[in-house]
Amino acid sequence: MEERNLICIGCPMGCHLTVEIKDGTVVSVSGNTCKRGDSYARSEVTAPVRVVTSTVKVLCGKARVVSVKTKKDIPKEKIVACVEALKKLQIEAPVHIGDVIATNIADTGVDVVATKNVEALS
Amino acid sequence: MEQYDIVIIGGGPAGLAAAISAKKNGAASILLLERDKELGGILNQCIHNGFGLHTFKEELTGPEYAERFVVQLKELSIAYKLNTMVIHVGKDKVVTAVNGEEGLLEIQAKAIVLAMGCRERARGALAIPGYRPAGIFSAGTAQRLINIEGYLPGREVVILGSGDIGLIMARRMTLEGAKVKVVAELMPYSGGLKRNIVQCLEDYNIPLKLSHTVVDIKGKERLEGVTLAAVDGRRKPIPGTEEFYSCDTLLLSVGLIPENELSEEMGVELNSITSGPRVNECLETNVEGVFACGNVLHVHDLVDFVSEEAAEAGKHAAFYVMGSGERSVDREIPLLADRGVRYTVPEVVHPSDMEKAVTVRFRVSDVYRGCYISVYFDEERVLHKKRQIVAPGEMEAITLTREQLLAYPELKQIVVKMEER
Amino acid sequence: MYDVVIVGSGVAGAACAHELSRYKLKLCVVEKEEDVCCGTSKANSAIVHAGFDAVEGSLKAKLNVRGNRRMGELAKELDIPFDRNGSLVLCLDKEDMPKLDALYQRGMANGVEDLCILDREQVLEMEPKLTDQVYAALYAPTAGIICPFELNIALAEHAYANGVEFRFGTEVKDIKRMADGYELHTGCGVLRTRYVVNAAGVYADTLHNMVSEHKLTIIPRRGDYCLFDKTAGSHVRRTIFSLPGRLGKGVLVTPTIHGNLLIGPTAMEIEDKEGINTTREGLDEVMEKARQSVRDLPMGRVITSFSGLRAHTEQDDFIIGEVEDAEGFIDCAGIESPGIASSPAIGEMIAQLVKERLGLEEKPDYISVRKGILRPSELSREERQELIKKNPAYGNIICRCEGITEGEIVDAITRPLGARTLDGIKRRTRAGMGRCQSGFCMPRVMEILSREGGIAMEDITKSGGESRILAKPSDRGSRYGTV
Repeated sequence: MEERNLICIGCPMGCHLTVEIKDGTVVSVSGNTCKRGDSYARSEVTAPVRVVTSTVKVLCGKARVVSVKTKKDIPKEKIVACVEALKKLQIEAPVHIGDVIATNIADTGVDVVATKNVEALS
Repeated sequence: MEQYDIVIIGGGPAGLAAAISAKKNGAASILLLERDKELGGILNQCIHNGFGLHTFKEELTGPEYAERFVVQLKELSIAYKLNTMVIHVGKDKVVTAVNGEEGLLEIQAKAIVLAMGCRERARGALAIPGYRPAGIFSAGTAQRLINIEGYLPGREVVILGSGDIGLIMARRMTLEGAKVKVVAELMPYSGGLKRNIVQCLEDYNIPLKLSHTVVDIKGKERLEGVTLAAVDGRRKPIPGTEEFYSCDTLLLSVGLIPENELSEEMGVELNSITSGPRVNECLETNVEGVFACGNVLHVHDLVDFVSEEAAEAGKHAAFYVMGSGERSVDREIPLLADRGVRYTVPEVVHPSDMEKAVTVRFRVSDVYRGCYISVYFDEERVLHKKRQIVAPGEMEAITLTREQLLAYPELKQIVVKMEER
Repeated sequence: MYDVVIVGSGVAGAACAHELSRYKLKLCVVEKEEDVCCGTSKANSAIVHAGFDAVEGSLKAKLNVRGNRRMGELAKELDIPFDRNGSLVLCLDKEDMPKLDALYQRGMANGVEDLCILDREQVLEMEPKLTDQVYAALYAPTAGIICPFELNIALAEHAYANGVEFRFGTEVKDIKRMADGYELHTGCGVLRTRYVVNAAGVYADTLHNMVSEHKLTIIPRRGDYCLFDKTAGSHVRRTIFSLPGRLGKGVLVTPTIHGNLLIGPTAMEIEDKEGINTTREGLDEVMEKARQSVRDLPMGRVITSFSGLRAHTEQDDFIIGEVEDAEGFIDCAGIESPGIASSPAIGEMIAQLVKERLGLEEKPDYISVRKGILRPSELSREERQELIKKNPAYGNIICRCEGITEGEIVDAITRPLGARTLDGIKRRTRAGMGRCQSGFCMPRVMEILSREGGIAMEDITKSGGESRILAKPSDRGSRYGTV
């Protein structure tokens, strides 16, 4: 039996949750005040995911960098690989919100899109 | 002299929402003035997600949230000027601004919406002793350097202040390859959202030291390190608890101050707690026809509420210039912040003039668990709302209806306070 | 071979250079920092004292009174602001009246003009925010306030315009006596000169002791200050001193020439000649003592605190003159308060010393006036409009707190002896000196400095040396390494 401790992010209460896991499945959640705590704990210990936001270098644009995000949540353990992959990228202006900057980032199956417009240098 | 019905000072989230709302509510000529090179204000550098859950029912990044409003502003053909700094506003509502293209501008407004936002509290205001080397930034300045300019300010970082900007920057600098050694917080609790504590600190194993502050700064050229110490209940450093952290960067996320220098020049009265204008239920200041919203009014934590508040200010500015803002001055009821409540916005209501309902926003002074938010009409308790937890970092709100107020014709004052039962 | 090399470009060194630049001389100023005004001149009370403080007959007394008289005219020549706001020394206790009288008598003996003693009512009418305990005060209408950066920079710029060479980042490591003068061994080569002026501030003893057997000791005396927002600038109109009383020596409370309010300093003797760190105790002491003379100080409006050094000597006087056992080596040492006030007279005195020895001839093409950085905010509406039309950079406000435009920043960088660092820009224009303390304008000022000064963003420093603003480019392929 494995035990994990978490802080619930559902509200300012920040309940200290204790999750019991056996053979990869959640056996129990305790410490939560409401249902949200239970479901947060279950997903957080089995498959934690995050949206990743960062910037990517822009060539010939009015700004040096453009802000980007993963279009969906990606597995938490892929965050670093995702950011490292983005650091290697350079894209040419113009860039528009929603433009796909990278596909299947770090083998997550998720695309990275621009979250800001960057005009080209005239 | 150019003339506009409404001049809006500031093109951040508050100014944008105020302009759009003013237009939608019938104001014909509106001019928005923005000092930066683009609209959107601080949202442009807040590239993380989590904006817009209330407004758009989806999670947007800062620039995306701003863009939604910019698109609407353009669709509504609202005039705006960029790179334009307002340098003076007279009591006669003549706005003096300057930019490179047109030089000095004088604009006569019928109504003005103040939406200048806030600035970060700097090291000097905290009187942190020590040297003054390079490498000490307010968190927002570092955020701008990284997210807009594309430069990394440093590699080994200590952050003072665990408000959301401090937490967000801990993650951001980590992802950019810096080592964030610790986040120190003066108070015994973090001012940031739980979500940010988990996703910005715990995800990256960054320690959070509550009830700690920076007591010394070392480094004559570039920062070489800072000394942290624990603080007692009166927030004074406890001798013997000092601990040195070597670092080349110190980020300060230690509070925001509404930028009301222009407001004060034109005679707008400020509330000493919020440092923002004192307003009535229309978000109108003591200077008739001058409205305020967003962080210049009081510092918010969620941009959605800024937009909501600013839309109200814009609407009332529109009503004012269209002449429907006539008000009777006979009955003005003050709102008083009592035990556990630091302030309320608005500070007064006029029941006979107000719309159907008014949102009263406020902050509590401490963390309270299992408590009640209570509203008293004179001696009578009219609202008693149970809350699992409230914290100073999260703005609270209650709603007062016109009907409810009119039912108390003798009402002298409204008191908002926290109660244990 | 130079005729004179001045070591140090603080206000004393710059005043010497400025005064000597009238004559046909080959002059050079060497400075270990990246800019002028980086040592004791950069952090002090910014006061042009009237001259009643120093002992009768001392150099401090003589040069202070003379410098004060000269300052009005000099400020005009240099195009810098100066205000004779007057000063008051408060006496809070009837029993201390003899001390106030003594100060008055000393002032009279020193030749200070228009001194008078005011009674309680007169003082409170003049300055309503003073403590209620005030019993009487010594009023010196000739005292003034000035910006030490602008004075120092203007003196240096003006000297430069008149042909004085400046070498920055040049530390004098050794001095060798030669038959006809001195060899200065610096981090950037050897300079030969007939005369040396030692204006090295807290390091004047190090330099002096390289050539003389009569050893000199400079004791760095540190003082902490707090600076308030301009909204607090009119709290007092005059510079308020206190008589040393039962609670020790007081601190001053004064408006600054740019409209802030300044309180300080403490006095702490230290060992480290670069020890300009503030301390909690020091800042607390400043606040506590300031409250003893002035009521209702808005402590919430402090925008920064800083600490400066004073180059104190055991002699407790300026040490100006040719060193007894080192002919041609002229000390300009121990320049502490009233150094700013005395600086014009210090320059004259040093020039006189050189003149006596070299028999100087005036330059026919001496430029007598300097034009400072153009300030759009000081122009009339029409003039400002015209200026922006000609150069739109004067319509682009970069530092919102102080209202400083891109045009002023470009001028500060591109003018003679222009700024090469953020502090250099700050001291020339005030960009970043306001209530947000450069939070908003720093990235934009960096961009302008990079563009106009040809400095890569990553190489921009706060004040030279290793004081980089951004992380050093990494060799690990980070995009921040590329320029």
